[in-house]
Amino acid sequence: MSKKKAGYFEDRKGISRRELFRLAGATGAGLAIGGGGVGAAVAARDILGAGTGGIVGAIPFFGRNQAGITTPQQDRLVFAAFDLTTDNVSKVRDLLREWTTAAALMSEGRPVGEESENVYLPPDDTGEALDLSPARLTLTFGFGPTLFEQDGSDRFGLAVQRPATLAGIPSMPGDSLEPERSDGDLCVQACADDPQVAFHAIRNLTRIARGTATMRWSQIGFGRTSSTSRAQETPRNLMGFKDGTNNIKAEYEDLMDQHVWVQTGDEPAWMRDGTYVAARRIRMLIEVWDRSSLNDQEQTIGRHRTSGAPIGGEDEFDPIDLEASGSDGKPLVPTDSHVRLSRENPDEQILRRGYSFTDGMDPKRGQLDAGLFFISFQRDPQKQFVPLQRRLAENDALNEYILHTGSALFAIPPGAREDGYVGETLFESA
Amino acid sequence: MRAALSLATIFVLTLGAAGCGQGPEAEKEDTGTTEETSGSASSGSASASASQAAVPEADIQSTPELEAAVDEYRAYVVGETDQLVEETALFTGAVLAGNVEEAKETYAPARVHWERIEPIAATLGDLDPNIDAREGDVPDDEWRGFHRIEQALWVENTTEDQEEYARQLQADIEQLQAEAQNLELQPADLVTGSIELLNEVSAGKITGEEERYSRTDLFDIQANVEGSEAAFEALRPSLEQSDPELVAEIEERFGAVYETLEPYREGDGWVPYTDVTEEQRRQISQSIDALGEPLSRVGQALEA
Repeated sequence: MSKKKAGYFEDRKGISRRELFRLAGATGAGLAIGGGGVGAAVAARDILGAGTGGIVGAIPFFGRNQAGITTPQQDRLVFAAFDLTTDNVSKVRDLLREWTTAAALMSEGRPVGEESENVYLPPDDTGEALDLSPARLTLTFGFGPTLFEQDGSDRFGLAVQRPATLAGIPSMPGDSLEPERSDGDLCVQACADDPQVAFHAIRNLTRIARGTATMRWSQIGFGRTSSTSRAQETPRNLMGFKDGTNNIKAEYEDLMDQHVWVQTGDEPAWMRDGTYVAARRIRMLIEVWDRSSLNDQEQTIGRHRTSGAPIGGEDEFDPIDLEASGSDGKPLVPTDSHVRLSRENPDEQILRRGYSFTDGMDPKRGQLDAGLFFISFQRDPQKQFVPLQRRLAENDALNEYILHTGSALFAIPPGAREDGYVGETLFESA
Repeated sequence: MRAALSLATIFVLTLGAAGCGQGPEAEKEDTGTTEETSGSASSGSASASASQAAVPEADIQSTPELEAAVDEYRAYVVGETDQLVEETALFTGAVLAGNVEEAKETYAPARVHWERIEPIAATLGDLDPNIDAREGDVPDDEWRGFHRIEQALWVENTTEDQEEYARQLQADIEQLQAEAQNLELQPADLVTGSIELLNEVSAGKITGEEERYSRTDLFDIQANVEGSEAAFEALRPSLEQSDPELVAEIEERFGAVYETLEPYREGDGWVPYTDVTEEQRRQISQSIDALGEPLSRVGQALEA
């Protein structure tokens, strides 16, 4: 490994001592790979980032689809939504061009902008990631419904391009949504294995946007609650249960095409190879959950806590038998359990990519403000996420322990071409 | 109060770096002496180290434009101290006359002239804590100045026992005016000053902590922005040759800030800051941030 490092070092001129840290970081990533088989090999390449000119730990920014969706899920998240402060569509286009340039650089672990010798100027890059590896940073950009139309106004001449399915998430029973944690004209999802790398990316994109867009809300996630690759272990959420066992895995390309990627023939055409992201800030009533008995907890989720197996099963990946009933004649997996309600309709499969979050303490209640920042990607949110979430909102036993405090839906356009920019298919078709 | 400390730090950093090419280590040592707390003990040492650090000649290629910029801005600062003396006299006169209403009316208009030049004024003599300390910035028995009287006027609705504070304030302001006559500025002071005035708004004023009794924060905010613009205007001829686009962008964003503030005008002044909602405060804050990015690039004018 160390010889390889040295050779790599010499191969790339103009890149500084930061390489050393990159390689050190990649060693850690290599150790983290679990599982086996073909999927693992694919994932390992992605994790080590062999795709981007050989920069270890870098995930290519350009491509057919945006990165950060099928990328084996990184450990950390900073998600941000922005509101545009301009009414000039060419300024929006300029911003997306600048964001694309910066995102491509940061994905390779490079600073944004240029280094200047002038000590009277602030540096272009804010600097806190200079010595860090790319940490598999991905930046995923999206467009909210209000980009296309706001209060009935076609503010940028894009209304005709608006996907019908980008209609927003209708209000659900039990919603406690806060406007300052919801919606937005644009979004950026930054995922990385190093929280500082993810934060640095959002900070610099926010800075670049100043004068054109302002941050509307932001959420930090400290640990992934899903696995998006068979090579990854299923993580646990803050309720202590394994989450995302039945997630669509990136290796199943036919399922990805069926449920995640917008296909040829889907409207509008500019969204082909894109997808839609639903984000929900789901606060857990931690104190209430913590005083529920193990039995209550397992009946609520529909799985055993330690093994992750469905109730009645032994292994995490045992099929969920919705027909099985216990000695009392009642279904083994309760009718109002989270796992049963989530699985009732196979057409509603989604790619989950959520993160645990905490924002410290809620001073009003004196309780922990923590939970799940739910993220899902789907081909048609009105046919997948919305009916699924409605069924959960109406019936889920879990509702006793959670509050939905933020909500947003964004169209994720296809990946940018190397000499193009993210969102080009929308803005050039307008 | 806080301005003195942070500006001092910037002086140390910029002049240190420009003056003798000290490395980052040396800079770190310098800033280490200016404790970043807002107590009175540190404010004295911060001012002292600022003036010491300002001694080395800044290593900037002087041009006729830059010299003119320094002269123009220096005249602006002196002019503001002159008006500050006049307007403060109306305020302290009302306090001495026991006229609460007139004192309240003349308070914010006097402070405008302080706020327009705050980062520079705060380095003149050691007058800043005497003039502008807020409750808790200094030990209670040393607290005096504008905000001491502000509290009596708005909380107690009286001028009683404020006479001595009024006399001291007037004397301090007049001393400030005298110090301004000997003011020596470098081009870098204009660059840091214009940004520092915006930082005043972003870091403190926007939350409403500055004028916590009188709620006249919008007077201060507008004055900070105007002072920032004055420094930028002085530098404009140097910038216009090198980067006319930057000049246009900065102008546009100053305009956007004024436009954001405009709805809160009331008569000759401004609505009480308590009438400005959190969301509106956020809009003001973000318009200042949008201006700060291009404005922070005026340092280009100093590039040889």
